[in-house]
Amino acid sequence: MERNPLRRQLQMMRKSFFDQGYLDDQFVQLEELQDEANPNFVEEVVTLYYRDSSRLILSIEQALERKPFDFNKLDAYMHQFKGSSSSIGAKKVKAESTLFREYCKSGNKEGCMRCFQQLKKEYATLRKKLEAYFQLARQAGPMETACRPK
Amino acid sequence: MNFSCGRGAMSITSSSAAWKPADAVADQFPAGLRVLVVDDDPTCLMILEKMLRTCLYEVTKCNRAETALSILRENKNGFDVVISDVHMPDMDGFKLLEHIGLEMDLPVIMMSADDGKHVVMKGVTHGACDYLIKPVRIEALKNIWQHVVRKRKNEWKEFEQSGSVEEGDRQLKQSEDADYSSSANEGNWRGSKKRKDDEEETDERDDTSTLKKPRVVWSVELHQQFVAAVNQLGIDKAVPKKILEMMNVPGLTRENVASHLQKYRLYLRRLSGVSQHQSNLNPPFISPQGATFGPLSSLNGLDLQALAATGQLPTQSLARLQAAGLGRPTAKSSIPMTLVDQRNTFSFENPKLRFGGQQQQHMNNKQQINLLHGIPTNMEPKQLDNLQHSGQSIGNMNMQVASHGAQNNQNNSLLMQMGQPQSRGQVLGDTTVSQSPGHPSSMGQPILSNGMAANFASRNGIPENIGGPSYNTVSQASSTLNLPLNFPMNHASELPGNSFPLESTPGISSFSSKGVFQDVSSEIKGSVGFMLGYDIFNDLNQHKTQSWELQNVGMTFDAPQHSSSLQDDLHIMQSVSVQQGSTVQMNGHNRSAAIASKAMFSAGDIKEHGNAQNVNQHLNNLVDNARRVKSERIYDTSPANLFPDHFGQEDLMSALLKQQDGIGPTENEFDFDGYSIDNIPV
Repeated sequence: MERNPLRRQLQMMRKSFFDQGYLDDQFVQLEELQDEANPNFVEEVVTLYYRDSSRLILSIEQALERKPFDFNKLDAYMHQFKGSSSSIGAKKVKAESTLFREYCKSGNKEGCMRCFQQLKKEYATLRKKLEAYFQLARQAGPMETACRPK
Repeated sequence: MNFSCGRGAMSITSSSAAWKPADAVADQFPAGLRVLVVDDDPTCLMILEKMLRTCLYEVTKCNRAETALSILRENKNGFDVVISDVHMPDMDGFKLLEHIGLEMDLPVIMMSADDGKHVVMKGVTHGACDYLIKPVRIEALKNIWQHVVRKRKNEWKEFEQSGSVEEGDRQLKQSEDADYSSSANEGNWRGSKKRKDDEEETDERDDTSTLKKPRVVWSVELHQQFVAAVNQLGIDKAVPKKILEMMNVPGLTRENVASHLQKYRLYLRRLSGVSQHQSNLNPPFISPQGATFGPLSSLNGLDLQALAATGQLPTQSLARLQAAGLGRPTAKSSIPMTLVDQRNTFSFENPKLRFGGQQQQHMNNKQQINLLHGIPTNMEPKQLDNLQHSGQSIGNMNMQVASHGAQNNQNNSLLMQMGQPQSRGQVLGDTTVSQSPGHPSSMGQPILSNGMAANFASRNGIPENIGGPSYNTVSQASSTLNLPLNFPMNHASELPGNSFPLESTPGISSFSSKGVFQDVSSEIKGSVGFMLGYDIFNDLNQHKTQSWELQNVGMTFDAPQHSSSLQDDLHIMQSVSVQQGSTVQMNGHNRSAAIASKAMFSAGDIKEHGNAQNVNQHLNNLVDNARRVKSERIYDTSPANLFPDHFGQEDLMSALLKQQDGIGPTENEFDFDGYSIDNIPV
């Protein structure tokens, strides 16, 4: 049966996310919320996250180019971004956000810019991985993809 | 997405629809808990919503604080708990927290990705009942119902305590028979009170733990009344009891007022740094004005306006005064507040059916009549503690006095006090007195849920409260009131010359008294009178012979007419309704006030049944006449007469009116009973 291998693949992919630190337990929380009523809940949330947070990324980028540097504003944006990222379990992205805020607080412009580049990388990487994951999940069939015994 | 908050949140309807029957709700609790989630982050909002739904809660989401506030205001009693993010673009989460605390007195849970100690501390100082760190896990949300229960329980307790005290006093009064001079009674009461308290508290406690007390919803009108009362008293002298008396809202307990006052003080403290806050403050409080008072007479409208206007002023003065120090233990309790409480109590029952069903029952069982009575009394003790209000005892006393005998005109003061305790609980929570002027009607809401009132009416049958018949009327009335003061409203129209009280009650009935139920039941007597105002009167008049009642009713209307007392009138009215029983007793002087209060409560009922005590107390509170009450003690030993004299209302009214002018004298008088019937804040 095709499903089995696909499903197996899916599970392995998922496991790698956790093992490599891309996702944390919060992602599991999302998966647990998925049910018959909302069979694609996780994917919906992640999609929403990327849509909404791209706005923030843009704002931060613009703020980084502005002079003078407004650390407070940057910190506020990043605080928001961090909140969003943590709610979907984006572990690495969240870590970079925290670091960014530290740089903001200490007024380290250089550190902010470096950190932000890294953050964008992680952000993009996670996006790709999750997109592949959801695609595979759809292929693997509607069976309880993220169903786990409660 | 299920609901997005928008103006006129449709999502809210689902919640209201779902929870009509109290029993059903109670059984399923915490399922069906109505949660409002506010967060500008759509991702978080979506996740939270799903989590809350998984917990079987009814969720309404909002991405803007302003929207959330308007939703809350439009649906007073529509929610049980609010969860809000700290950082939001349009309004700071803490500011929203303050508003909610002041206006609706709902438990608010803050959340943020920020877990710094400073921020969490801010949440604590602003009154958040919990602080969640993002990302929020579903386990954390599963238990948020505890905050709802806890809050109600606390309110209930306050209510009970004051109520039980009153009960004790009341009984004492009745047994003792009539004509107590306040001082004399005081002693007696105290003794009986203590005994009674123990008994009652035990009973009530049991119920409390299982019942969900209705929460008083601090509607804009109610809050404005509160604010007006506080302003009138002076921020440093604004003790829950007095505020309660001044507000004179049926069903409002002192505890309600006390907790509201607390919040308000916090709010003012913060405001004093921001002078422009007031403008922000006022609008919210004023907005829902018209809503609850459908049938309000023009008079009420006027009053509201006046109050509203006044409210603005007080805010500033309050802010200033705050610095001076709040919570002077003035003995005076503003009667109007009490009334409000009572009203809230009443209104509470209905709206809070869902979770408060048990409580209601409890109330009914316990002391249905006590509603009025209980409310103030319970409040009294609590408020005193809260506000270090020495007068509280007086307030309680008043209640008792009121219940005992509306006979004494002088009891007005007592009545007023009675009213106070009730409102105290809610009202005092936040020192939003300044807001009261704008919305007397709103006062009704927060404090007592109409449910309460309604319950009383329906439940009662207990002659105790208002004397069987009166209660029935009340119940009928209350049902109509529901939400916002069910009771009196209906009857108000019937009552001749009662131009207002009932009308205003609607607003009052909207109170959702938080935990007032229990007290209310005990106080129902008194409070019922308030809300019912008219109804009671009708009934009372019918069966009772209290001539004064009618007169009072009529009188109360007169009272409001004082130009200056517009606000007072409102208060009076409200308080009257609440205090009807109690205020009636108020001395002649506050006749006008008394009348007003009477009208509110159809004091007649109150008096008759012994609720008179409560009512009287409330009325007393309302009316400045508190003083008078002292000397006159209108208690009707006879159960039926709460309002021994026509006076009650008149006294109340006058007392109320007087309050405007100067609360000084009345306060003293009230104190004697331990209830400070402080002039009804006009």
